[in-house]
Amino acid sequence: MIIDHFPVLVVVLPLVGAFVTLLAGWADRRLCFPIAMATTFIQFCISLQILSRVMQTGPLHYNLGNWLPPWGIEYVIDQLNGFVLVVILFLCVLTCLYSYRSIHSEIDEKKIPAFYTVFLLLVTGVCGIAVTGDLFNLYVFLEISSLAAYALVALGREKRSLVSSFTYLVMGSVSACFILLGIGHLYIATGTLNMADLARLLPPLYGSTVIQSAFIFFIIGLSIKTALFPLHLWLPDAYRYSPSAVTVLLASVVSKIGVYALIRILFSVFTPAFIIIEIPVMEVFCWLAAVAIIGGSVLAIAQTDLKRMLAYSSVSQMGYILLGIGIADNLAVTGGILQILNHAVMKGCLFMIAGAFIYTSGIRSIDDLRGIARTMPLTAAAFVIAAASMIGIPPTAGFMSKWFIALGALESGQWIFVLVILASSLLTAIYFWKVIEYMYFRDPGTRCAEVVSTARDPPAGMLVPILILAAACVLFGIFVSIPLEVIEPFVTGILGGI
Amino acid sequence: MIETLLPGLFLRYNYYMAVIIMLIGLYAMIAKGNLIKKIIGLNIFQTAIFLFYISSSDIIGGTAPILTSDPASVYVNPLPHVLILTAIVVAVSTTAVGLALVIRIYEAYGTIEEDELIAMEAKE
Amino acid sequence: MKQDVVIRTVCRLVVPFIQLFALYVIIHGASSAGGGFQGGVIFASSFILIGIAFGITDARKRISEKFTVLFSATGLSIYAGIGILCIIFGGNFLGYSFLPLPLPGPEIRGLAAEAVEIGIGITVMAVMTSIFYDIAVDEEAA
Repeated sequence: MIIDHFPVLVVVLPLVGAFVTLLAGWADRRLCFPIAMATTFIQFCISLQILSRVMQTGPLHYNLGNWLPPWGIEYVIDQLNGFVLVVILFLCVLTCLYSYRSIHSEIDEKKIPAFYTVFLLLVTGVCGIAVTGDLFNLYVFLEISSLAAYALVALGREKRSLVSSFTYLVMGSVSACFILLGIGHLYIATGTLNMADLARLLPPLYGSTVIQSAFIFFIIGLSIKTALFPLHLWLPDAYRYSPSAVTVLLASVVSKIGVYALIRILFSVFTPAFIIIEIPVMEVFCWLAAVAIIGGSVLAIAQTDLKRMLAYSSVSQMGYILLGIGIADNLAVTGGILQILNHAVMKGCLFMIAGAFIYTSGIRSIDDLRGIARTMPLTAAAFVIAAASMIGIPPTAGFMSKWFIALGALESGQWIFVLVILASSLLTAIYFWKVIEYMYFRDPGTRCAEVVSTARDPPAGMLVPILILAAACVLFGIFVSIPLEVIEPFVTGILGGI
Repeated sequence: MIETLLPGLFLRYNYYMAVIIMLIGLYAMIAKGNLIKKIIGLNIFQTAIFLFYISSSDIIGGTAPILTSDPASVYVNPLPHVLILTAIVVAVSTTAVGLALVIRIYEAYGTIEEDELIAMEAKE
Repeated sequence: MKQDVVIRTVCRLVVPFIQLFALYVIIHGASSAGGGFQGGVIFASSFILIGIAFGITDARKRISEKFTVLFSATGLSIYAGIGILCIIFGGNFLGYSFLPLPLPGPEIRGLAAEAVEIGIGITVMAVMTSIFYDIAVDEEAA
C-alpha cells in the first residue's frame, strides 16, 4: 500500500519537485510556482494522513532499503514528529502561496526558478529532520536545510543581504560542526546512530565524561541554530535583509525545526532521567531562556525597523519554547510544544504583514506607518490580532501557550519564571502597542500622506495567507484542545517515568 | 600529576591533535578579518572533526573491510569513513556557497575585509 | 586567458584518462573502495582542468550550464526512480532486493546499488562543474 510509504515520500517528493521546478523554469518561468505549490500541498495532505495514522495506531516505523534498524536508517514518526511535520508544512504551503506575488517585487525575474528550487530543497531538509530516527541523517538534513536557507537569504536585492547571509553561513556551519562532534562522541561511546538504540544503550554510560561532553556539544550547536539569546547575533540581519517570503520561512519553519531537533535530542536520545537527575542542565536552560525572553523583548523595543523588531521578538518568543522545555514539567513542556505551533502561526502572520507593507508602499520603518490603517484596513486588523496573540491576550493562541508554561512553572515551584513571563508580556505589549498606535491613531502628516493615500491592501495572493494565519491565531486559542490532543500523549510518554 | 596525564596523552594523542587543529580553525574564524580566511578557518575546523572520526575507527594493523580469504584479518570499522564522506560533501557544499557569497560581496562592496565592510555599512 | 601550448596539449591528453579513471571508480563503488561521490568529483575535475587550461569561456562552450543542470536532474531522477521502483514492486524505498530481475538476490542488490552510484556520480559531476562555473565566473569579466 502506498500509504505505508508516506514517511519517505514526504521527503522524496520535494527533492524531485525541486529539480522538476528547475527544468520547468527553462521552458516557462510561470510553471515554477504551480509545481512548488502542488508539491507542498500534496506534502501537507500526506502529513495530515501520517498524523491521523500516528494518533490511531501509535508511532510509525519505516526502514529505508528494508535494512533493519539499528543497521539501516530508520524513519520514525510519533506524535511530536507528526505534529511538527503538519505545522511546518502548513506554513510552507501558505508561504508558497504568499511568495507568488511578493517574490516578484523582491528578487530578479530570472532568479525565480532558482528561488522555488531552493525553497523546495529547504522543504526537503526540514521534512527530513522531522521524520528521521537516525542521528547522522538528522545532521545531513540539517545541513541541507541550512544551505538552502543561506542561499535564500542571499537572494535579497539589498547588498547587505549578502553579508548577513555570510554571517549566517559561518555561524550555522560552526553549529553544525558542534552537532557533528556530539554525534561522533555518541557513536564512539555506543557504536550506534539510531536514536531509539541510543536511548537504550546510554543509561549505563550517563556518568561518562564522553557522553556529558557530547551532550554539551549538542546543546551549543542547537542553541546557535535556534538563536538562543547570547548566540542570536546572526538572526536580526538575516531576517531583516532577506525577501519577505524567506523571512517567513526562516521565522516559522527553520527555527521551529531547530527547536524540534533540540527536543528530540533532549528527550528521546538523552532521556529526562539524564537531563533532570544526572546533570542539572535544565536549570541553566531555564535561566538562559529567561534571559532570552527579557533580553529579546528589550532589544525589540529599541528597534525602529519593523522587520528587525519582529526578529528580536522572535528571539524572545523562542525563549518561551525553551523555557517550557527547561522547566521539564508536564504542563510546561506541553506549553513549550504548543508554542511551536502558535509562534509559527503568529510570527508567520506578522512577517507576512511586514512584507505586505514593503510590497504595497515600500515602508520598512515603524515611523512611516502613520495612519496606514486607513488605507490598508484588513492588513492592519490582521496585525492587531497577531500582536494580541504575541502579547498573550485571551482567547488567542499565544495566551494558551504562555498559560501552560506559567502553570507548569507554578506547579514545579519556580514562581520566578511566572514573573519573567508577566514582565515579558508587558514588554511585548509596549513594542506592539507602538506599532498599533502609529497605524491607527497617528495622523499621516505631510511626510506620510502621499504613501498612505496610495497604499492598498495587498493582492489576494498575499492577503489570503495573512488572513488565514490571523484566523488561526484565534482559532488555535479557542480550540486549543485540538493540538493538545496530539501533544499530551507524547509529553506523558516521555515524562511519565519521572 | 604529569605521570598520570602523560600515558593518556600518548594513548589518545589523535584526539588531542583533533582538538588542537579545531582550535586553530576557530581562531582563524574569529581573529582573521578577511572573509576568505574565515572560510579557510571553517574548513580547518571541519577537517579536525573529520580527523576525530576517522582516527577513532583506526586499528593498528587493520585492513580495509573487504572480504578476503584470510579469516583472521583485522579490519577497521568502515562506518565512520562513510559518515565522513557524507560530511565532506556537506563541507564542500558549504565552502562552495561561502565562496560564491564572498565573490558577490566583493562585486557589491569592492572589498572582502570585514572591518572595511563594517565601516561601509556604518556609513550608509 | 589561454595557457601555454605545453599545458594545453598535456591537458588534452590527460582528460580522457581522468574520465576513464572516474568511470572505474564509479563502477567499482558497490564492490570495492570507491563510489559515486569520489568518481563524480574526479570526473568533474577533468572539466575543471579544461576550464583552467583553455579558459572559462572555452569550457563553457564545451560543457554548458544547461548541460550541468540537465545532468544533475538526470542523476537525481535515476536515484529517485530506482527508489520508487522498489516501492512499486513491494519493497521499501531503496529496498533493492524487491526488484524483479532474473538474478539471485545479492546480485540484484549489487546491480541496483551500482545504478544508484551511477546516478549519484552524474549528479556530483554536474554539480561540481556548475560550482566551478559559479565561482570562476568573474575571472573572465575582470
